[in-house]
Amino acid sequence: MFKILKYSFYDLMRSRWSYVYFLFYLALGFVLLFLNNDVSKAVITLMNVIIVLVPLIGTIFGVMYFYNSKEFTELLLALPIKRSSIFTGQYLGVAGSLTLSLVMGLGIPFIAYGLFRSNAIWDFSLLLVVGAFLTLIFTALSFNIALSNENKIKGFGYAVLLWLFFAVIYDGLFLLSLIIFEDYPLDKYSLVATMLNPVDLSRTLILLKLDISALMGYTGAVFKSFFGTRSGFFISIFMLILWTLIPLYNLIRKANKKDF
Amino acid sequence: MIKIEDLHKKFGRNQVLSGTNLSIKSPGIYAVLGPNGSGKTTLIKCILGMVIPTSGEIEVEGKAVKKNWKYRQEINYLPQIANFPGNLRVFELIAMIKDLRQKPSQDDVLISSFGLAPYLNNKLASLSGGTRQKVNILLAFMFNSPLIILDEPTTGLDPAALISLKKLIQKEKQQGKTILITTHIMQFVEEMADTIIYLLEGKIYFKGTIKELKERTGENNFDHAIATIATNFENV
Repeated sequence: MFKILKYSFYDLMRSRWSYVYFLFYLALGFVLLFLNNDVSKAVITLMNVIIVLVPLIGTIFGVMYFYNSKEFTELLLALPIKRSSIFTGQYLGVAGSLTLSLVMGLGIPFIAYGLFRSNAIWDFSLLLVVGAFLTLIFTALSFNIALSNENKIKGFGYAVLLWLFFAVIYDGLFLLSLIIFEDYPLDKYSLVATMLNPVDLSRTLILLKLDISALMGYTGAVFKSFFGTRSGFFISIFMLILWTLIPLYNLIRKANKKDF
Repeated sequence: MIKIEDLHKKFGRNQVLSGTNLSIKSPGIYAVLGPNGSGKTTLIKCILGMVIPTSGEIEVEGKAVKKNWKYRQEINYLPQIANFPGNLRVFELIAMIKDLRQKPSQDDVLISSFGLAPYLNNKLASLSGGTRQKVNILLAFMFNSPLIILDEPTTGLDPAALISLKKLIQKEKQQGKTILITTHIMQFVEEMADTIIYLLEGKIYFKGTIKELKERTGENNFDHAIATIATNFENV
C-alpha cells in the first residue's frame, strides 16, 4: 500500500494542478494577512473560504485523478498487489498531496507573519486539521462516485452535485425545516442535522473553538449548550473521523467486488 | 497450470461466459480465438482476478484465484490498451514496476532488442502508440514467470518489433513457459500457436492443434478453417 501511495503522491506532485492549488493558498494567505493585519480575523475569513473551497477541490480532484489513472489502476490490478492496497494507496496519495498543498500554502504566510508569537496558533492549527479532514472526506466520497460510474461525465456531474448539496443546498433545506417546524423543540434535530453534514460540522467545530457566539448561529448555540465547548469539540472530531472512515470502508468494499 | 471449471460471468443481463471449462496442463503457446464479444478478454481477466466470476472455479498453479492475489506473482500480463501515467518517464515506470514486483528482471536486454534506449528519458504521454506498445511488451516480459498472458500483443508494432516479439515469445516457450495469446491476426496464430482455443458465446467450441482444426473443418486454409468453425461445428 505504501508503495502505491508513494507513486500516486509523486505523480501528483509533478502535476501542475498541485502547484496551482498550493500557490492559490499561498497567495490567499498573504493577501488576507496583510490586508487584515490581524491573525484572528484572517483565520475567520480563511475558515469561510476553506469550508467551501476545500470540499470542492477534493471532490473535483478526486474524480479527475480516479478517471485519469484508470489504465494505471488496471496495470496495478494485474500485479501481485491486494486490491484494497491499490485503492487505499491511491486515495491516500491524492488526499495527502492535497492536504500538503493546503497546509504548506497557508502555513508559510502565517509563519512568515509571526504565527508562533500570536495567540491564534491553536485556532489556526484547528483550521488546518479541519481542512485536512474535509479533504480526506470529500476525496473519499468522490472516489466512491468515480468507482460506481464508468461514465466520466456522469461521475463529474454527481461529484459537483454532491459538493453543491453539502455546501449550499443542505443548509437551505435545514433552514427551511427549522422555519417550518419552529413550534417544536428542535435542539436534538438540529444537532443531528449538523452532524450529518461534514461542512456544517467543520464550521461548528471551528466556531466552537473560536468561541464567537455572534457568528455561531442557532446550531452553534445548541451545540455549545448541549455539549459544552470541550465535549462538543471531541464529538465533532469523532464525527469527522467517522465521515472519513465510512466512505473509505465503502470504497474498499465496492472495489473488491468490481470488475475491471 | 490453469484449471477452469464451469465458469459463468454475467455483466448485468449480458451473459458473457456460460459454463466455460478449460484445463491447460503442459507448457506451450495457446491462442485464444473467437469473434468479437465472445468473451476472450473476460476469460483472461477472470484468470487475472480483475473480473470476478459469477460462479465457477479457477486455479492457477494449483492455487485458487478467488480472494487471492499472491498467485499473480506467477503471471506476466500484457493488457490490450497500453496507457500509463503520463507524468512518468519511461525509466521511472520500469523502475516502479520492478519496485512493486520485487523480482529479478531482464529489462536491459529487452530495452536493446526493442530499441527503447533513446526513449528512456521521455515522458510516457509523449510516446507514439507503437513505442508505448513496446514499453508495454517490455513490462510484460521483464520478469521470469511461468505464465504469460498477452492480450492483442501485435497492436501498433512495426515489422522489426514484430519479429523481436515473435523471437521473444519463442524463447520464453523454450524455457518451458505457458503463453496465452489473444489476437485477430491469423497469420500470427498460424506461425506461433501450438494449441488453439476457440471461444464462442462464452463456451469453448474447439481446443486442439492447427492440424486437428484443419482436419475437422476439411479446410486447408487456416483463415477459412477458423471462419467456418462456428458454423460447421455442432458438438465438440
